[in-house]
Amino acid sequence: MVESFDITPADLALRGYEISKGAMIKETCFGLVINGKEEEVDRIVAALRKIDPDHIFVKDRGFPPGDARRCRANLGGARPGYNGLEFEMSILPYVSHGLEVLDKKDIKDIPPPEDPLEHPLLDIYKLKKLIDAQES
Amino acid sequence: MHRSPEMVKVFIYPATSLILSDMVARFGHTPLSSATAIRERIQTAGLESPPLQITPEEPKKGLKWAAVEVPAGVRGRMSLYGPMIEACEAAIIINDADLAFGCMGCARTNELIKFLVHQKDIPRLELNYPKNEEDGVKFVAAIKRFLTGLGGSK
Repeated sequence: MVESFDITPADLALRGYEISKGAMIKETCFGLVINGKEEEVDRIVAALRKIDPDHIFVKDRGFPPGDARRCRANLGGARPGYNGLEFEMSILPYVSHGLEVLDKKDIKDIPPPEDPLEHPLLDIYKLKKLIDAQES
Repeated sequence: MHRSPEMVKVFIYPATSLILSDMVARFGHTPLSSATAIRERIQTAGLESPPLQITPEEPKKGLKWAAVEVPAGVRGRMSLYGPMIEACEAAIIINDADLAFGCMGCARTNELIKFLVHQKDIPRLELNYPKNEEDGVKFVAAIKRFLTGLGGSK
């Protein structure tokens, strides 16, 4: 998955083919699918990631490229599983920003996120902020 | 992904998450995602039950994690996720993952997956999806801290 301002899936596919030794690379609607032997795929992924490490995201995929059971070309409409991918694509800019900041900033200076299992009482300062926002 | 001995198997929820799968691999561990379980079935040669090779055996295997009166859909799904939950050594859970919602089979399986992960005595990180850039920084930092703490990472 590529969410970069500097590079497109087509550029990555070309670079991938330059260094590929037998792996199949297919440009898709949202990035690339690389299919081949495990070590070979890992090598290509590692090399491609270096081009824009904070904006290239990689995941395993069960289906091979162009598989008739999943490929949109055969099914029509959004492919199964695309809704999840589409949602996470809207989050990727925040994650990319996080990765960029982590490169420059010490991780110890970053506070932990809110614990989703805790349901704290409404903070008085947060309440004041809400009231002010309503009044203005 | 090629696995070295010092990598820890991290179960991710939602199991299809691109972000979690990438983060776990990026920080040097092995993500256990649904793609791995699906691939084992569909890319194995054979025509037992095309197209997805989910056979009537799957709900029977699911009996290990869900009782017999639980719908076959839940038990069938558990035959994919159950072995991964048993194999995992750590877990990252995103709690507000509305994208994982589906039919009742998916919804109940999701509840059971979270329950089983909570029952297991393993390091666990609970998060919500980031909603802005500031959250994004905290989100990535929390995952990095958690994964580095597991040891053996890059």
